[in-house]
Amino acid sequence: MTDQGEEPRKTPLHAAHLEAGARMVPFAEWEMPVQYDGIREEHVAVRTHVGMFDVSHMGRIEVEGPAAVDLLMATLSNDASAIPINGAQYTLMLDAEGGVVDDLIAYRLGNDRFLLVTNAANHAGDLAILGAASRQRDAFVRDISADLAMIAVQGPNAREVVGSVLGVGLPARNGIRVDQIGGRPAFICGTGYTGEDGVELMVQPEVAIPIWNELIDAGVVPCGLGARDTLRLEACFHLHGNDLGPEIDPITAGLAWACRTGGGYTGAERVEALRREGPGRKLIPLVIEGDGIPRSGNEVLDGESVVGVVTSGTLSPSTGKGIGLALVEANLTEKGTPLTIDVRGKRRAARVSSKPLFS
Amino acid sequence: MAEASYPEDLRYHPEHDWARIEGDEAVLGITWYAQDALGEVVFFDPPDVGTEVSKDSPYAEVESVKAVSDVVAPLSGEVTAVNGDLADAPEAINADPYGAGWMVRIRMSDPAEAEALMDAAAYGASLEDGS
Repeated sequence: MTDQGEEPRKTPLHAAHLEAGARMVPFAEWEMPVQYDGIREEHVAVRTHVGMFDVSHMGRIEVEGPAAVDLLMATLSNDASAIPINGAQYTLMLDAEGGVVDDLIAYRLGNDRFLLVTNAANHAGDLAILGAASRQRDAFVRDISADLAMIAVQGPNAREVVGSVLGVGLPARNGIRVDQIGGRPAFICGTGYTGEDGVELMVQPEVAIPIWNELIDAGVVPCGLGARDTLRLEACFHLHGNDLGPEIDPITAGLAWACRTGGGYTGAERVEALRREGPGRKLIPLVIEGDGIPRSGNEVLDGESVVGVVTSGTLSPSTGKGIGLALVEANLTEKGTPLTIDVRGKRRAARVSSKPLFS
Repeated sequence: MAEASYPEDLRYHPEHDWARIEGDEAVLGITWYAQDALGEVVFFDPPDVGTEVSKDSPYAEVESVKAVSDVVAPLSGEVTAVNGDLADAPEAINADPYGAGWMVRIRMSDPAEAEALMDAAAYGASLEDGS
């Protein structure tokens, strides 16, 4: 957490955001653009054409050494040993009780070399855990966040635009490519957080603004954190701090697939117990049937009894309906189950839906 | 509207609400500053006609994609009309906050309350000071 009065951190693209007239807000320790011309316009650009996000605030950690795989197998829930070279994997860092410390993407750059991308608010904690694990092992953990800026280019036309404008080869979907942009080393990743195809570029900070401007000139729409949130929520991607956290384990959150069997990582015992017993609540996507927008913290009712809570909610710019994710009792999670959401005192009829929420 | 504006014929409340006083009635809405801070309005939840609203207290909700906010009454009175067009076109609150984006009309219960509101110059100065 930032101390009161401390200057917010600025990404290498900060000046470009100001120049474009972005509305800036504090986010974790950072000052980030929440929107440029408007959340809905930006959202639609990503769904129908191509938009881009400054995600330089996210953390980047390199793990390298003969024991790199062993280190990641001990600290992360998914099977790092199964990531092919130039591949990527969604994975979780858990505490001993099975709570989620962070959700991350692990890229494999070589047999013994990985790149992890962390959430800004959790980065320091992740780094401490990985660093402690490295002390007993033949592996290095390096915070390389400040060495790279990161731009997520997302949308049905993202690959074509990036390939033609920046003149680079493109990675496989869910892969990483080590390449150069404008003569500078760069990682080009086939990942994202919007439910659309796209690439995430990691480039040296000095070339971030020229690359950003080239993409703008090619018609890529700059997008802020507001659209990033509506896009990820329509795609039913978890937001750590809302839909995942120390109090929400991976089985409850529907992320059993990101937890390997056989144990060996922090929190595995609890995950295995929950897998056997079944969770008491589950995270479900929901859609409001009439007016009303669910918001985080709204109670979910079945008749008059409280059966859950909304963890994320918004108006879907794609469908015009109120949508959300909610934790509800496990016997009420079938698709189509009617539920009531208490939206600040107004009862709103909703149904359990299916992923994604934008079609 | 893209440019900030604070018409001279309105009275302003520090919570970024305006009142247009017409005899013993007043039309209420939110200011250019308020709609700009909210972003694109997607939902307006009005009070019922006949509701009593009281100065400095919330009487309606206005919701943007990212957040919900209370709308505070700049004056007290009984709601005599609500802007029904906002149900289908809440974006009028952004496009025309002092015209098509009006929210309710009230019959004032204490017209003297208007003395405590700011004129356009004072409201504009308050935005430059603190917000």
